[in-house]
Amino acid sequence: MELFLQQVFNGVMLGSTYAIVALGLTLVFGILHVPNFAHGHMYMLGAYVCFFLITIFGFAYWPAVALAAILLAVAGVVLEVLVFKPLRNDPGFNPLIAALGALIILENAVVVLWGPEGHRIPNPYPGIIDVFGITMSVQRLLVIGMAAVMIILLQLFIKKTTLGSTIEAVAQNKEGATLVGINVNFVSAMTFAISTALAAVAACLVAPIFMISPSMGALVGMKAFVIVILGGLGSIPGAIAGGMILGLIEALGGGYFSAAYKDVFGFGALVLILAIRPTGLFGKEIKGR
Amino acid sequence: MMKWLKGNWFYLLVLIVALLAPLIITNRYYSQVITMSLLFAIAALSLNLILGYTGQLTLAHGGFFALGAYSVAIMTYTLGWNFWLALPLGASFAAFIGFLVGMPTLRARGSYFAIATLCLGEIIYLIAGNWIEVTGGHNGIVGIPPPSPIPIPGLGTLSFESQASQYYMVLFFLLLTLFVMYRIRESMRGRTFMAVLCNEDLAESVGINTFRTKLLSFVVANFFAGLAGGIYASLLGSISPSVATVGLTFNFLMYVLLGGVGTLAGPIIGAFFLPILLEYMQFLQDYQMILFGVLLIIVIIYFSTGFMGLYKKITEKIKKSKVGAQSAAKR
Repeated sequence: MELFLQQVFNGVMLGSTYAIVALGLTLVFGILHVPNFAHGHMYMLGAYVCFFLITIFGFAYWPAVALAAILLAVAGVVLEVLVFKPLRNDPGFNPLIAALGALIILENAVVVLWGPEGHRIPNPYPGIIDVFGITMSVQRLLVIGMAAVMIILLQLFIKKTTLGSTIEAVAQNKEGATLVGINVNFVSAMTFAISTALAAVAACLVAPIFMISPSMGALVGMKAFVIVILGGLGSIPGAIAGGMILGLIEALGGGYFSAAYKDVFGFGALVLILAIRPTGLFGKEIKGR
Repeated sequence: MMKWLKGNWFYLLVLIVALLAPLIITNRYYSQVITMSLLFAIAALSLNLILGYTGQLTLAHGGFFALGAYSVAIMTYTLGWNFWLALPLGASFAAFIGFLVGMPTLRARGSYFAIATLCLGEIIYLIAGNWIEVTGGHNGIVGIPPPSPIPIPGLGTLSFESQASQYYMVLFFLLLTLFVMYRIRESMRGRTFMAVLCNEDLAESVGINTFRTKLLSFVVANFFAGLAGGIYASLLGSISPSVATVGLTFNFLMYVLLGGVGTLAGPIIGAFFLPILLEYMQFLQDYQMILFGVLLIIVIIYFSTGFMGLYKKITEKIKKSKVGAQSAAKR
C-alpha cells in the first residue's frame, strides 16, 4: 500500500509538470493549429536559462524562474514570427517540418554553446517530509503546488480578461475575430509567448530534481503531444487530465513492471487510444490537417 | 526507339554514370559515402510513397528501418542464417509490423497519425535499447556477416566482400525499388493513393476504401524501409539503437523534402546530394547541424516543393518563353 501511494505521489508530481508543458502546447497546437514539435526544446532551453542565471549570474531560485519565463516568452515570439508566421496559411505538413528544423537548431545550439553533458541545478528546498510512510521532498510538493497555481492563473487569464478572451475568439473563428478588430498576429505571438513561458516554468521546477541536458526536450515534447491528444486539442481541462493520466501510467508502470519500459507504457497508451478514438479522448471535431 | 531515347536520354546517362561510378571513384571513403547514399535513397523513396503519394506523414520510418536492420542482424549473426533468406524475411517483418500498427493508427488523420507514429518510433527505439537478450541493448550487435556469396552455376560465385560489389548490390536494390515505385505510380492502385493525397473525403465518396489504400501504402513503404535497414546492417557489420532514433527519420524526411516530395527523382536526389552537402559543410563542425536546421526552415518557407519543384518551375518558364517567342514570330 505504501509503495502504491508513493508511486501515486510520484505520478502526480510527474503529471503536474507534464500538465503545464501540455497546457502550453495545447494553446499553440489546439488553438493556433501549429504542431510545434519544438515545444519540448523550448522547455529544455528554459531549464538551461534557469541554470545559467543561478550558477553564473548568481540569481536566487525564484527570480531566476521568473526571468527564465520572460526570456523564453521572448524566444517563443521570435519562433512564431520567424518560423511559423510565414507558414500560417500553408496547408499540410509544412509547419510541422519547419518545427523540426527549429528543434534541430535549438538542440544543436545548446550543444555547441554549453556542451552535451548534463547539469544539475542546486536544489533550493532539499527538505523531506514524511507523511504516512510516503517520503515527499519539499521540491516535489512545490512542483505540484506551482502547477496548480499556473493552471488557475491561466484559466483566469483566458476566461476573465479581455486579452485572454481574444485567444478563444481566434480559436473559434479567425475571420470573425479579425472582423471585430482582433489583431490575429498579436494574438498568435501572445499565445506563443504564454506557451513557451509555461514550458520554461515547468522546466525550472523539475530541474533541481532531474538532470538537465540538451536531449531532455525531445522526450518531453513528445509526451506533451501525447497528452494534448489524450486530452483533446485545445482543451485546457483535457491537458491537465491527460498530464495526470500519463504521469500515473508512467509512475505505476515504472514502479510495478519495469522502469526501463516506463515510456513504452505511455506511448503505447496513446497508440491504443488513437486506435479506439482517432481524435483523442475528449476530441470532437475531425480536422484534415 | 529513337523517340524513347530522345525522351529519356538523361535518365540513361545517369544510369551509365551510376554503373561506371566504382571505376571512377577509387577512394574508399567516398565510395562508402556513395553506397550509403544509395541505400538511404531506398528508404527515402519508400517514405515518399506514403508521404508524397498518399499524403500520410509517418514519423516511424527510421523505426521500421531499424526493424529491418535488427531482424537481419539477428537472423544472420545470432541464428546464422543465409543473408538472402534473412533479407526478404526482415523486410517482410517490418511490413508485417507496419500492418499491425497501421490497422489502429491509420484511422487517425494528419497530425494525429504523425504523432502516433512518432510514439511508435520511440517505442521501437526503447525496445531496441532495453531488450538486451535479443538486441544487445545499447551496445547493439557487432560482427554481422556481410551478404552471403551467391553461387552461379558454371561461373563461380558472386561475393560481396569488395566495396564495388557492395555498391552494385545496393544499386540493384535501388533500381528495383525505383521500378516498383514507378509501377505503383502508373497503376490504378497508385492513382487511388494519389486520390487519398488530394482529398481523402472525396476519394471515399467516389468509392475508394481510403483506409485500405492508406494501409497498403504504409505496408509497402515499410517493406522497403525494412529492406534498406537489412542491407544497412549487413554492409556496416554492426548496429546499435541509434539506427532507431527519430534523427534518422528526420534525415529521410529531409531527403524527400529537399529533393522534392511526390516525385520519383526527388528523394534520390535528396539522399544523394544532402550527405555530400553535409560533407562539404564538415568544416563548420558543430555549427553544421544548426545551419542544416536553418536551411530546412528556409526551404520549407520558400521552396516547399524542393529541388524538383524548382526544376519544374524553371523548365516551365523556359518552355513558356519559347512558346511565346514562336507565337510572336508567327504574328
